[in-house]
Amino acid sequence: MSRPKGEFPIMTMTTAIPAAAADGPPKRRRTPILQILFGDLLAAGLTVMTGALVLALLPALRWGVLDAVWSTADPGRCGAGGACWAFVAAKIRFILFGVYPADEQWRPLAVIGLVLAMVLVSLPPRHWGRRLLTAWGVAIGAMLALMWGGFAGLPFVSTANWGGLPVTLLLAILSLGMGFPIAVTLALGRRSKVPVPRFLSVLVIETIRGMPLVGLLFISSIMMPLLLPAGWSVDKLGRTLAALTIFAAAYLAEVIRGGLQGVPGGQMEAARALGIPVWKAVWHVVLPQAIQKVIPPLTNTAIVMVKNTSLVLIVGVFDMLSAARTAASDPVWPAPYSESYLFVGAVYFLICFAISLYARWLEGRVQDKDLR
Amino acid sequence: MTSPMPVHSPAPAAASPAILIEAVDKWYGTFQVLSKVDLTVAAGERIVVCGPSGSGKSTLIRCINRLEEHQAGRIAVNGVELTDSVRNIDAVRRGVGMVFQHFNLFPHLSILDNCALPQMLARGTPRREAEDRAMHLLRRVRIAEQAAKFPGQLSGGQQQRVAIARALCMEPQVMLFDEPTSALDPEMVKEVLETMVSLAEDGMTMIVVTHEMGFARRVADRVVFMDAGRIVECAGPDEFFDAPRHERTRSFLHQILH
Repeated sequence: MSRPKGEFPIMTMTTAIPAAAADGPPKRRRTPILQILFGDLLAAGLTVMTGALVLALLPALRWGVLDAVWSTADPGRCGAGGACWAFVAAKIRFILFGVYPADEQWRPLAVIGLVLAMVLVSLPPRHWGRRLLTAWGVAIGAMLALMWGGFAGLPFVSTANWGGLPVTLLLAILSLGMGFPIAVTLALGRRSKVPVPRFLSVLVIETIRGMPLVGLLFISSIMMPLLLPAGWSVDKLGRTLAALTIFAAAYLAEVIRGGLQGVPGGQMEAARALGIPVWKAVWHVVLPQAIQKVIPPLTNTAIVMVKNTSLVLIVGVFDMLSAARTAASDPVWPAPYSESYLFVGAVYFLICFAISLYARWLEGRVQDKDLR
Repeated sequence: MTSPMPVHSPAPAAASPAILIEAVDKWYGTFQVLSKVDLTVAAGERIVVCGPSGSGKSTLIRCINRLEEHQAGRIAVNGVELTDSVRNIDAVRRGVGMVFQHFNLFPHLSILDNCALPQMLARGTPRREAEDRAMHLLRRVRIAEQAAKFPGQLSGGQQQRVAIARALCMEPQVMLFDEPTSALDPEMVKEVLETMVSLAEDGMTMIVVTHEMGFARRVADRVVFMDAGRIVECAGPDEFFDAPRHERTRSFLHQILH
């Protein structure tokens, strides 16, 4: 229909090119809203189904918003058919910080602030480098020191009393951060032409990937103390962290290996022909390209690992999810499990969605380099 | 192309030739790609190697900087014998620049870094000095204004000129070109060839694998024709093009010139 209309201006354009060029490309006609919603059978069907879904969700809206109790000091007022958000408000310190001594809870709060600050500083790729890595090392040290205390008048707090969001964040950051270099080593080992490192890498990767994380956590928290020589002991949190780290490493290794395979052989050849030693060529030429190629699956693994930290509750580490569960079992309140889980779920969502958005932005930047 | 910068005047002809290839054999599995290849290249000499695809010409020049390993015979570059010694291989590679058919620039680095980083990694040159030399050579291939861009934002011809600058940054005594214009659009071939001609005018020792016969006639001191892993004919350009001695050379020239 619109095609003949469009042809006439093109014909006149040949006679008046300068004027037409100033007009720019022809504007696209907007599709009317009714045509979008009910234009054909598929669109109409989807519109109806979406409408039905929205209607079905109305009771949830009623429960979560309209009938909800938002604030009360009296637990008895909850439980009348609406959500009890007042409970989350009352227990938020416990959910976020667990059984960390109440007077000292500014310390985990400071740790969360420190994590946020470090993450913000690390976002722009132009900040990446040795100095940022050092800064992270110092920051992690400071976080752990703050949590532990025992110096400068800060009372000592054992890891058994750590809990909530700081534990979740520390486990996620440390397992991914320490897992990454191990993953790179494993990935390079698996692609090596020398049999011994290749075999070892395959063995580690396949063994870890073949085990459920829950099993790995049990092994590290129950069996590792038995295997260690007498008198040795590793903190429970440390053992959990070890399990998460090696688990993350195995998965990251396979992602990175995929990236390595995507780097053309000519890159290494060019580096070698220029006389760059093999390891420097791997580090400066091959690896950066490999990692750029696998930003989406790396994001995927990072998000999965953030959520995997919640599994540590089965070996008795007090992360945010365990804290929320424990909070909800308080007999004073009418068992507000849904509210607790929804709140914790929302916090996880915020973290994971932020990672996802950041990765998407990063990917866009990489693509800008390739074509413009 | 005129360039006032005689950056790489070759060392005065020493006793040993720039490149010595003697009775070199190479197999891929059971397939022999090079058989009894002999070629001696003096410092400052320009050699063009041509031949049908699969004739072993790329393999030959890739053996010179050990991207491929030869299995019999000997290869020496500037008097350094290519053995399994890693030190020798690195020494040879530092003195031999290579330009590839597909440029092989590092896509994650800016044009400037493509030229500066290899110097820093291979020779420990300080960044400042490496960047100065990089800019100098980018100016020489007339692409300095693109220094901040990335390879993906440049045309093929521009990328190949950057690749030449990158190789020159290592101050090689010998340059190898492996079909440098084969992957280019026709209108970009000229700019790359001009850069190579200017390099030749400055006295660089060059071995160029190419089908650009105009370039061969204009620049080459000797043209080598290879077929089935052997050097069939090796002669000065006038004799090679006007009076080739071997029937195989004649039919090859006939095919690509007509």
